[in-house]
Amino acid sequence: MYVAVLLILVALGTVVFHFASPWWWTPIASNWGYIDDTIILTFWVTGAVFIAVILFMAYCVLRYRYREDRRSEYEPENKKLEWWLTGLTAAGVAAMLIPGLFVWNQFVTVPEGAAEVEVVAQQWQWSYRYAGKDGKMGTSDSRLISADNPFGLNPKDPNGQDDILIEDPELHLPMGAPVKFLLRSIDVLHDFYVPQFRAKMDMVPGMITYYWVTPIRTGTFDILCFELCGVGHYAMRGNVVVETKTVFEGWLQEQPTFAETMARAKTNKERAEKLALNESASVAAEVQLAR
Amino acid sequence: MVDAAHDQADFVPPAEVAEMDLYHPHSWVTKYVFSQDAKIIAIQYSFTAIGIGLVALVLSWLMRLQLGFPDTFSFIEAEDYYQFITMHGMIMVIYLLTALFLGGFGNYLIPLMVGARDMVFPYVNMLSYWIYLLAVVVLLASFFVPGGPTGAGWTLYPPQAILSGTPGSDGGILLMLISLSLFIIGFTMGGLNYVVTVLQARTRGMTLMRLPLTIWGIFMATVLALLAFPALLVASIMMTFDGLLGTSFFMPGIVEFGEQLQYGGGSPVLFQHLFWFFGHPEVYIVALPAFGIVSDLISVHSRRHIFGYRLMVWAIVIIGALSFVVWAHHMYVSGMHPWFGFFFATTTLIIAVPTAIKVYNWVLTLWRGNIKLTLPMLFALAFIVTFVNGGITGLFLGNVVVDVPLSDTMFVVAHFHMVMGVAPILVIFGAIYHWYPKMTGRMLNVPMGQIHFWITFLGAYAIFLPLHYLGFLGVPRRYYELADTSFIPDSVQDLNAFVTVVALIVGAAQLLFLFNIGWSMARGKKAGSNPWNATTLEWQTAETPPGHGNFGETLPVVYRWAYAYGLPGAKDDFVPQNMHPDQVATGGSPEPSGAAAQPAE
Repeated sequence: MYVAVLLILVALGTVVFHFASPWWWTPIASNWGYIDDTIILTFWVTGAVFIAVILFMAYCVLRYRYREDRRSEYEPENKKLEWWLTGLTAAGVAAMLIPGLFVWNQFVTVPEGAAEVEVVAQQWQWSYRYAGKDGKMGTSDSRLISADNPFGLNPKDPNGQDDILIEDPELHLPMGAPVKFLLRSIDVLHDFYVPQFRAKMDMVPGMITYYWVTPIRTGTFDILCFELCGVGHYAMRGNVVVETKTVFEGWLQEQPTFAETMARAKTNKERAEKLALNESASVAAEVQLAR
Repeated sequence: MVDAAHDQADFVPPAEVAEMDLYHPHSWVTKYVFSQDAKIIAIQYSFTAIGIGLVALVLSWLMRLQLGFPDTFSFIEAEDYYQFITMHGMIMVIYLLTALFLGGFGNYLIPLMVGARDMVFPYVNMLSYWIYLLAVVVLLASFFVPGGPTGAGWTLYPPQAILSGTPGSDGGILLMLISLSLFIIGFTMGGLNYVVTVLQARTRGMTLMRLPLTIWGIFMATVLALLAFPALLVASIMMTFDGLLGTSFFMPGIVEFGEQLQYGGGSPVLFQHLFWFFGHPEVYIVALPAFGIVSDLISVHSRRHIFGYRLMVWAIVIIGALSFVVWAHHMYVSGMHPWFGFFFATTTLIIAVPTAIKVYNWVLTLWRGNIKLTLPMLFALAFIVTFVNGGITGLFLGNVVVDVPLSDTMFVVAHFHMVMGVAPILVIFGAIYHWYPKMTGRMLNVPMGQIHFWITFLGAYAIFLPLHYLGFLGVPRRYYELADTSFIPDSVQDLNAFVTVVALIVGAAQLLFLFNIGWSMARGKKAGSNPWNATTLEWQTAETPPGHGNFGETLPVVYRWAYAYGLPGAKDDFVPQNMHPDQVATGGSPEPSGAAAQPAE
């Protein structure tokens, strides 16, 4: 008796918890509401099966509990029942799979004209690159990475000169325009995820992976690394600021291009060399004086 | 049933004394230590697996302490946390679940249930255990090397597994890879035994379609393991080369903390394909024995034949075959070509159909049964609850686009713990309560078992159900701490504290179970040879526990399937597989399987 009651309580408790739980997804900030819809559909189909199976089990435990004077029914197979259950299950599975594949098709089809933004990950920080005025990204290679060229851009590629480099964990995006993230890692696996966008993809050294979203509301959202990347994984954070197009354009204009950073690095270097030269000269002078 | 000529051809005279003398062990060491008796090997496997499992239990406590009370336990650093989760996962999946189901239950039950005297290669079977033990020792050794065990996550993804940003990237990861390689070598020795024994050493009348589902589950799981583990073996060897010799199988050009490394041209995704080509069948290597065993527990204790036996067998075979074409559903967001998503989502959701059929047939076995709520039955019912729960969340993660927001969140953690942690472990408990009387001759204590059951079942459910919802929220797995994250409310910390407290209680309840095992060995109620009135051959042995050679002088002869419960016209509500058809209506002892055959109680 109490076993059946507890089984029913587990089933009902699960339903109550589902509706009463304060933990649910964040308000969406991208076009991927379809994903949420597919989850809801899956909930209804699978939830019904879960409740039905457990309640049926509780019924059996109650109705067919052991009695000395009774025998179980001997009916090893029931083809009709088995076919019905197989057919219904297949239909339920198809009802979840088919819409899911349609949404996946959208997910992997990047719309024409989506702006490209590169996200570069390394242990344990984020940086970003925009294509600049010409709308084209310059080529890159991890072999070119150095202190002066942290993105490893090809300095001879004309497309790369006006690329805008953001060495800061804060990413800015315009609202309402589709964005294709080009995902690049220079050391280990990472994963670029904004919970409010619902979309994510691993970043793999040696490859460029991608996905696309259209931000649909302004705000500041957390960026988290979602693939274990070593001991600092949990601290690899950033944030994304979604703003109106004009605010975004204004912000973008203030950011340095690749050519500018390289030039600045060069002058810095020359200045440092000169300084070092002067210093050694003065040291030499001091040495002479001491003599 | 058997014609006379056939009968004569099959008659084998009892062995000469000298031969028998060679066959039996002569010293304590050959009987209990370097034993070639599958039953002793099974117990060695089981105790070793449970022992290393206790290490994994303590590790889970430590990681839960960190998650539940992040600022309280200053001795748990981020490095430690990642080492705890890695070792916990690997131990549970490989060294506990795989070893216990196949090395433990496989060894004990296969010869007894198919009516064989032993495994067909007893010496190799013995080696299998000792190599497994060596693998466990090497694994434990990694706790004591400089840098400690690897903290790369149980998936051991390169490049990070062998780079300096990950704990244990010098000694720990190498010992892990060596230990895995040893485990696979040892398992292969055992696995070949299980397969050949099932195919070649069944007793007269034991056709494949009369095998108990326990044997079908263990058999198919072993076939999967023999085909899947080699992928992990090559991946381990290749990664060892990358780490030690500087090859670049899995290593592309890498800039590590500003320094250009000497690697180039390898593919991290290749490792993931190899890992999951093993890793997904691994789920079924654990699940199929659980499916098989729970089928028998449900049938015996509801006094009813399994419903739809033939479909159950085919479901096991189909699930096993499909498990080799779904592996990349673990890699939807790995950066592999996105079109793979269509294929792997389809195959993955198709696997839900035979799996659902198994669930239906379990509950339809209860239906119109005569259900005894014994401890094995309680665990079987709890298995169905947790397995259905964990199975349907698999439909979320398998449906490629739904996986995108959920992958690497706590939803995944909750899903796989429910479906391949809690559910199979509940079956292991049920199976121990069920077969302990055969292994020791005594029953486990029931009140202690009841307490153990309710705390374990309700506790485990209370731990993992809410974690799914943290996954929906977007709480990531493998985070040492959440710190201040704008979308994560404070209530998440309260929930984490609650889950930690429940986890400590559930863990402690397992100590009661271990105490029960020891206590009942001496004080438990005497069991007799067939306390559950079961039909399968292991309950019809002359001695309990069965001696070396299992069945006394003559092997049993099988006349029917394993599920003759409630057979119309039979005297009792069960008819043993080896009871002669003439005796079914009148009852009496089944076909004697030795001089001292006991009547069924």
